[in-house]
Amino acid sequence: MTEVKMTVNGKAVSGTVEGRTLLSQFLREDLEMTGTHIGCDTSQCGACVVHVDGQAVKSCAMFAAEADGAEVTTIEGMANADGSLSTLQQAFQDHHGLQCGFCTPGMVMSAAALLAENPKPSEAEIRHYLEGNICRCTGYHNIVKAIQAASGQDVAIAAE
Amino acid sequence: MYAFNIERPSTIAGAVDALAKDEAQALGGGQTLIPTLKQRLASPDTLVSLTGIPEMQGICTADDGALCIGGATSHAAVAAGASAYPALAALAGGVGDPAVRNRGTIGGSLANNDPSACYPSAVLASDATIVTNAREIAADDFFDGLFATALDEGEIITEVRFPVPEAANYQKFLQPASRFALVGVFVAKYADGVRVAVTGASEDGVFRWSDAEAALSGNFSASALAELSVPADGMIADLHGSAEYRAHLVKVMTGRAVSAA
Ligand SMILES: Cc1cc2nc3c(=O)[nH]c(=O)nc-3n(C[C@H](O)[C@H](O)[C@H](O)COP(=O)(O)OP(=O)(O)OC[C@H]3O[C@@H](n4cnc5c(N)ncnc54)[C@H](O)[C@@H]3O)c2cc1C
Ligand code: FES
Ligand code: FES
Repeated sequence: MTEVKMTVNGKAVSGTVEGRTLLSQFLREDLEMTGTHIGCDTSQCGACVVHVDGQAVKSCAMFAAEADGAEVTTIEGMANADGSLSTLQQAFQDHHGLQCGFCTPGMVMSAAALLAENPKPSEAEIRHYLEGNICRCTGYHNIVKAIQAASGQDVAIAAE
Repeated sequence: MYAFNIERPSTIAGAVDALAKDEAQALGGGQTLIPTLKQRLASPDTLVSLTGIPEMQGICTADDGALCIGGATSHAAVAAGASAYPALAALAGGVGDPAVRNRGTIGGSLANNDPSACYPSAVLASDATIVTNAREIAADDFFDGLFATALDEGEIITEVRFPVPEAANYQKFLQPASRFALVGVFVAKYADGVRVAVTGASEDGVFRWSDAEAALSGNFSASALAELSVPADGMIADLHGSAEYRAHLVKVMTGRAVSAA
């Protein structure tokens, strides 16, 4: 067992973990932050995406011990300080970018990483960037629209 | 996963020492190894993380013009930083998805030598040199069939040196579920000839297509391949494609790579 310390959503946290403790497990079970979802646990679905030192990673494919000293951001850290939804989250709601919502934490984290890198991505760039995020419900169209809208681009509101 | 400890050395020497212990194994980005551990296909006592070693990170140009990439450099860093070798940067930018590219490393990909991985084709086509803690290995001597390489127990890839070609291109026919190459072809044209390396196709892993190299060294255009064909013998056959299909794709992707180079 080793002691790890990191910053999660701006707050210093610590815990005692095994070598094999995944970052996803540490977040959900030790810190009780269950916003990060585990869909596949085999690196395929992207539901577990969080940011580590600003980069999108699959938290089911990284050990908690490797995040020692890192700055981690999860979906719980995405809302505005007053608890209202961020522009990106609000866009997911406005454009029906989710149905069951299982993939949504990972979608929002990946989308936020994309927009940090590329503030006005084209539709093709958004689809390409989301290759590692699987959604069983929406067929992706409204997720793409939500991201376009969040980046200030015109999209039709009626999401039928 | 079976239980193990993680060590995070900050120097190559520290990593080599830690790996000298019984049942110790290197951990690069973990994008292959962590799924393997989850399946209990590996049971190390200690994992030695290589991603906190500054000497193994980054990209630079050597005096002879070769592009040198630290063994623990992520695919994303190569995609963004290998502008001196655009075909290599493009290959790195096409590995998996963004989250995989942020963690996965060039050294891990080469040490793993997956028969469908992208990097081995670039290394072989570029006649790159694999630098380890102990020696330098020429690309032609490095890959040793499926998931096997010339690396010894505990030996780590610290750097990869790529001579920069006059023209090059990588064409990947995507296996859409895994995001690996169903067939991938890397073509690189140097002053002394053309090299063509094929991944995803052969049951023996990455290989050089020497007939195409000879034809393209005389005439660097897709039409030079017209008379050539690749035997289906020894090609991978699975639910994604038959051996004949893969053999056919090798020629098609080589032609596309030459045209795009
Ligand atoms: C969803 C998904 C899609 C992917 N798509 C592609 C793709 O399209 N193309 C592609 O090429 N790959 C793909 N990969 C694999 C990815 O590129 C991995 O990052 C890579 O194969 C392994 O690198 P790693 O740094 O993660 O190594 P690890 O998983 O940490 O290690 C792999 C092996 O290499 C050893 N090792 C690690 N680093 C070193 C070193 N420096 N020296 C010696 N030994 C070392 C380890 O001990 C282990 O045996 C994909 C992976 C996933 C999960
Ligand atoms: S749970 Fe991590 S990728 Fe699916
Ligand atoms: S909204 Fe259900 S999986 Fe995406």
